[in-house]
Amino acid sequence: MNITLRVWRQKGRDDEGRMVTYKLTDVSPDMSFLEMLDVLNEKLTLESEEPVAFDHDCREGICGACGVVIDGEAHGPERTTTCQLHMRSFNDGDTITVEPWRASAFPVVKDLVVDRGAFDRIIQAGGYVSAPTGTAPDAHANPIPKPDADRAFDAATCIGCGACVAACPNASSMLFTAAKVTHLGMLPQGQPERASRVVQMVNQQDAEDFGGCTNIGECAAVCPKGIPLDTISQLNQDLLGSLGKGIG
Amino acid sequence: MSENDLYIEGEPIRDEKAPEGPISERWDQRRFSAKLVNPANRRKLSVIIIGTGLAGASAAATMGEAGYNVTTFCYQDSPRRAHSIAAQGGINAAKNYRNDGDSIHRLFYDTVKGGDFRSRESNVYRLAQTSVEIIDQCVAQGVPFAREYGGLLDNRSFGGVQVSRTFYARGQTGQQLLIGAYQALERQIAAGSVQMHTRHEMLELIISGGKARGVIVRDMLTGEIETHFADAVVLATGGYGNVFYLSTNAMGSNVTATWRAHRKGAHFANPCYTQIHPTCIPVSGDYQSKLTLMSESLRNDGRIWVPKDKGDKRDPRQIPEDERDYYLERKYPAFGNLVPRDIASRAAKNVCDEGHGVGPSGLGVYLDFADATERMGREAVESKYGNLFDMYQRITGENPYEVPMRIYPAVHYTMGGLWVDYDLQSSIPGLFVTGEANFSDHGANRLGASALMQGLADGYFVLPNTINDYLADGPFEAMDESHPDAQEAKEQVTSRIDKLLSIQGSRTVDSFHKELGTIMWEYCGMERTEEGLRKAIELIRNLRSEFWRDVKVLGTNEELNQALEKAGRVVDFLELGELMCIDALHRRESCGGHFRAESQTEDGEALRHDDEFAYVAAWEFGGDDNKPVLHKENLEYEYVEMKQRSYK
Repeated sequence: MNITLRVWRQKGRDDEGRMVTYKLTDVSPDMSFLEMLDVLNEKLTLESEEPVAFDHDCREGICGACGVVIDGEAHGPERTTTCQLHMRSFNDGDTITVEPWRASAFPVVKDLVVDRGAFDRIIQAGGYVSAPTGTAPDAHANPIPKPDADRAFDAATCIGCGACVAACPNASSMLFTAAKVTHLGMLPQGQPERASRVVQMVNQQDAEDFGGCTNIGECAAVCPKGIPLDTISQLNQDLLGSLGKGIG
Repeated sequence: MSENDLYIEGEPIRDEKAPEGPISERWDQRRFSAKLVNPANRRKLSVIIIGTGLAGASAAATMGEAGYNVTTFCYQDSPRRAHSIAAQGGINAAKNYRNDGDSIHRLFYDTVKGGDFRSRESNVYRLAQTSVEIIDQCVAQGVPFAREYGGLLDNRSFGGVQVSRTFYARGQTGQQLLIGAYQALERQIAAGSVQMHTRHEMLELIISGGKARGVIVRDMLTGEIETHFADAVVLATGGYGNVFYLSTNAMGSNVTATWRAHRKGAHFANPCYTQIHPTCIPVSGDYQSKLTLMSESLRNDGRIWVPKDKGDKRDPRQIPEDERDYYLERKYPAFGNLVPRDIASRAAKNVCDEGHGVGPSGLGVYLDFADATERMGREAVESKYGNLFDMYQRITGENPYEVPMRIYPAVHYTMGGLWVDYDLQSSIPGLFVTGEANFSDHGANRLGASALMQGLADGYFVLPNTINDYLADGPFEAMDESHPDAQEAKEQVTSRIDKLLSIQGSRTVDSFHKELGTIMWEYCGMERTEEGLRKAIELIRNLRSEFWRDVKVLGTNEELNQALEKAGRVVDFLELGELMCIDALHRRESCGGHFRAESQTEDGEALRHDDEFAYVAAWEFGGDDNKPVLHKENLEYEYVEMKQRSYK
């Protein structure tokens, strides 16, 4: 396949960015999208042009490091992570536009790399169960009904890639926060801190300059792990309950 | 002392910290004899932890809770992304929830045998004892393990064992365990007991007065070279499988932290022990950047076969039963498709070498779920393995519900690593090593679902109960950046970076890395020979000198520069690769994942030579132009009888 790439190049956080066009020939449909970018970078290096910076690590769809906007869609045309997208999803002769996540809470660091530190700070605000090492009862002390365990699991599969924020017209992080609130809120271990957790995490996402949620649903539509949209309802229900009790 | 053309044999060593007495009491005994640090004094002590995977995040969270001042570094943009996250299948624990005859002793026995009698009995026993606490700890954190309708935890079986002791969270066990440890870590960061530095890479160890006292790190966003001090340093930086270029490791996984420590005096143990995982998606082209594992759990229900006829190119569904060779079930009826990884991998290589391999390259075997689907129904297969099937389909474009998967072995894990004593302390006082980065528990082959167990055992339970014995003598003399030992370490880092940026040759970093990987896979992979290893050593030496003449790294240090990061890692892989070959060459026996063609049974199985090689090979760095020095730590077996492994 022959393709034309339009890639966002930006030297540093405070520099102006611009789209730059590159042509690639002999692209194999079996290449992953990131392998195609590897091939581009090898070519650029040999031509003494600086390679394109992009985040990636596990390349098997689980670490959440990769993520770019491809032709206007977070992670591109398939519902998966960028590393699991393959060139067979494109056609010979296509022009493909590649940009970083766009959100003021995720400033661009260089080219396609953004700073997602805000997600870690939302977790710091309460996305955990306080269970100091060594204090745990036997794992079977507390049976959990399978439907609850399964729902907790579905929410827990979030990889923190940030596609939800990139896709949201408001750049809201609601699906990310709701996934954690739901994961821990469905489990007995998560109950003691449930009421305060939701308030603290929502306050932190507001402090990070994410936009508000207006129930558009773009987040769940692009989520590579299929985090259900109704986790946001769960969050809102928990939040109302907490605020009603005067927490927060 | 004796010397040959490749290495010098030095004095034997032993584990001075290993307690004696009945094996089941040794860990209690060590915890009791270790000096304690009272809570008020912990505030005066500092610890640096490099890496935030299972072994690093769990240690940082636990030591932060205990009241030490912890500073943590990871190269990723968030600690949640460490490669432990990619472990799929599960975590072992001797809970005996199945009432199927499991016990701490059986997990211990299986692990020593699985490791082909090249691990320490005391360490493995402690690992088995600790395994039960890990599951409790993770459940308390909210890790959503798979459950049955009664609400209790589910289990499955893994290779090399005949009980069901593997706990799992669909095919994402590593992710869920790591997120549990990450959340515990973030809680400590919020509490102020842990300082986290993301996008920082350790490039040198600072040693002063014979003790590990700090690190030099590079801020990967600004290029600033920073100096950090502490009373002890912990390396939890994972394995070095990426020396093969293609592996199941993350792209950024590297040996730099442990290799830099090795160059400063830490012994590197058993570097040639590499695990080649039998069930990975085959290579599809020369652009390939990494290999993807298909969880070993698939071998619970999938059947592995190749066509009986060589070069049979028919659609697998058209090949009748009697023209298929279910070679694992045929050769190993007792364990069938669930033989240990080293055996399954070599068997796949052998059938492909004989011409029975499938797929475009002929380097593949079928993993077939047709029988399982008929027995359990498609829905049950989907709920158990759905995400793995989806991943396979995304990568290959083939539907595994319809057509058997094609799999082939790939580099997955390294059992070798920095030598540590029972306290997890390296041969440098004050330098501790946890998880895959150390060598301690898996011998010459690791059993499935034991990596997560070891990483969390080390981080939650072992290190926090042994490092106190060392820290009790601290705090040590205060240091600052002007200290000559710190200056020297920093100078080593800056001059290396300057040199990499100044060569401006004609070849990219990746081209060198790929060439190194090809050499390692060809000569130091699934089958090794004296002749091949000698050739590899020559090739690696030549490649290394070409690298320093002709590598091309663009840009500057003072920015995010991913090519520069890679170049620094490849420098260390180019040195490590040679030591791996020397280690493989000196060990003239086969054991576990190390298969020397010259040492096999009549059936082609690994043949150990216990009289000569029942030891840990701990290598001391000899200097850039000198030979490495081999120190042997003798291995003794009191509780498990050493015999030829049999899975028939």
